[in-house]
Amino acid sequence: MLQRDYTTSQLDILEAEAIHIMREVAAEFERPCLLFSGGKDSIVMLRVAEKAFWPAPIPFPLMHVDTGHNFSEVIEFRDRRVAELGARLVVASVQESIDAGRVVEQTGRRASRNRLQTTTLLDAIEEHEFDAVFGGARRDEEKARAKERVFSFRDEFGQWDPKNQRPELWNLYNTKISRGEHIRVFPLSNWTELDVWHYIRREGIEIPSIYFSHTRRVFERDGMLLSDSEVVQRGDDEPTFDAVVRYRTVGDMTCTGAVASTATTIDEIIDEIAVTRITERGATRADDRASEAAMEDRKKEGYF
Amino acid sequence: MDILRFATAGSVDDGKSTLIGRLLFDSKAIFEDQLEAVERTSRDRGTEYTDLSLLTDGLRAEREQGITIDVAYRYFATPKRKFIIADTPGHIQYTRNMVTGASTADLAIILIDARKGVLEQSRRHAFLTTLLRVPHLVLAVNKMDLVDYSEARFEEIREEFTAFASKLNASDLTFIPISALHGDNVVSRSENMPWYDGSSLLHHLENVHIASDRNLVDVRFPVQYVIRPHSATSPELHDYRGYAGQVAGGVLKPGDEVLHLPSGLTTTITGIDTFEGPVEEAFAPMSVTLRLGDDIDISRGDMICRPNNQPQAAQEIDAMICWMADGLKLQQRSKLIIKHTTRTARALVRDLHYRLDVNTLHRDESATALGLNEIGRVSLRTTQPLFVDDYARNRLTGGFILIDEATNGTVAAGMIVDAH
Repeated sequence: MLQRDYTTSQLDILEAEAIHIMREVAAEFERPCLLFSGGKDSIVMLRVAEKAFWPAPIPFPLMHVDTGHNFSEVIEFRDRRVAELGARLVVASVQESIDAGRVVEQTGRRASRNRLQTTTLLDAIEEHEFDAVFGGARRDEEKARAKERVFSFRDEFGQWDPKNQRPELWNLYNTKISRGEHIRVFPLSNWTELDVWHYIRREGIEIPSIYFSHTRRVFERDGMLLSDSEVVQRGDDEPTFDAVVRYRTVGDMTCTGAVASTATTIDEIIDEIAVTRITERGATRADDRASEAAMEDRKKEGYF
Repeated sequence: MDILRFATAGSVDDGKSTLIGRLLFDSKAIFEDQLEAVERTSRDRGTEYTDLSLLTDGLRAEREQGITIDVAYRYFATPKRKFIIADTPGHIQYTRNMVTGASTADLAIILIDARKGVLEQSRRHAFLTTLLRVPHLVLAVNKMDLVDYSEARFEEIREEFTAFASKLNASDLTFIPISALHGDNVVSRSENMPWYDGSSLLHHLENVHIASDRNLVDVRFPVQYVIRPHSATSPELHDYRGYAGQVAGGVLKPGDEVLHLPSGLTTTITGIDTFEGPVEEAFAPMSVTLRLGDDIDISRGDMICRPNNQPQAAQEIDAMICWMADGLKLQQRSKLIIKHTTRTARALVRDLHYRLDVNTLHRDESATALGLNEIGRVSLRTTQPLFVDDYARNRLTGGFILIDEATNGTVAAGMIVDAH
């Protein structure tokens, strides 16, 4: 008899864990939803959701918090993917929150709607009575995230209390909440940026074109290349120029930087990331550079 | 490439952060912007060296107070393996965090300061590691540079710890003399200790065999979710009924005769489905969907096993409990929610047999309650049968959590030692 070695590859282990988490949510919560931005992490998360319930359709809606300042390529991708799956998409609009007076638009050169998203997100969770919200955040992204649970409890204000988290043991998740509270669920907690890219390659998953190298009109601010766009306020001392770039993360145009890159295929992206010496958020996110605890502070308020 | 999950135990004084920092740094998992941030903060605080513990202390309160509050998960990979580190703090709330980190660990590293030898906390770490049945244990005897790389000192510590570990049924035990600060025996073998002929720590982490740690003998499939597409568009799916779950033990194959609990009825696996198509076998930790031959009423919380190899269907459970709640205490007659595999029931604490002193292993049978970070043996009665194995036989079907009904908090971890 052949000796069978029951080993499993790291992507299979991570996928099996994420599927288990998604099924647990679908079984124990009444109104889950999945945050889908069209970024690579949420694309992977959506793929895992497709697998978890196959051959049945995904048993919960998707939600996108739209700042109105998103990359058009990403919005097109989002709508195409949603149509393919026949899924229901809830769009929560930051513009509507501004129009309704729920939040006040920032002014000045560094104005960004990034932080305003939190109010829009929490309002939408309340309006739709979502009790579990899947997010694509990973623990390797940022050190506050390194300490967050897979099932992360939020009180009725949507707040995260890092000092009072529920212990999480084995693969047992506490799903108990009271009315008005919710749980943020992060099925990709144990994935790294490189795992995400290896998975995209293995699965042959389509991603928005801005992840690949292209020529773009940009300007430089704080060592980051920001896209020249009508939604990004630029000073006269910030000249624009054409650069060959790609995006390593996809967020709001006002705070997401491009990186110089000639990578035009997934293989080339993986090669590039394998040797990079800067974290993805450090390289591309103005929002995390505000202070050492920028992410922690936003997370406590209810950010993604 | 597979994944090794390991927990690290020890305090800052033992050089734990330095060791983790070195593993991450030498495997290029620390990035320049992270290192710059740590260097900047170290300078601002007036620390003369780069304080690598700042890499893992992620929360503001931790940095302000210079302590670690919670388990931090760190990731690195070598060409051989992906590693997930559960880095647990070494002071207050230690037990709760260590138990959490160890629950999923394949291996635990316990750090010992070569100058101080086996301390009370080393024994506590070893006890918790074995209580949680972490299959592999590494004693990293650190700061060997400060004892002149002395073989005699290393052997002394090895003998003392081995004597203690024999009382614990510690499984696979490996001793490695290291200096995390200078890198001796961390990534590569040290020239300073020619008398040591074992592996470097990283080499050991890369090569320790973990595939056989999983239970491949006892078929256990907790039903997690029933998939019924009801699709009007594809008639062939109209009658589809699949039982989704993550394999918790054994190897399942199409054609196998299986038994359903609680009904006790037997049936046959007609197919094992995944998104990619049917598969020929399923084993832990695969998440799959089973199709079964007979129309049995099966729902979430049920268990699929083999007719000649069943878990105990039990409502009377004896377990070791680690109490994790602040304020609240476990007492006789406490009523709690129990979550075991995919089944949730209510549990009544019938008896607290003893509280265990994790430092001396002394059993205090006069104890009437368990408080935060205390461990004891209890008897529970549950409102519904749970399908359980001894924790020693299967961590997934032998472990459970307890939830307080008033606060919804997770208040305890339990390891089943006996059930009927």
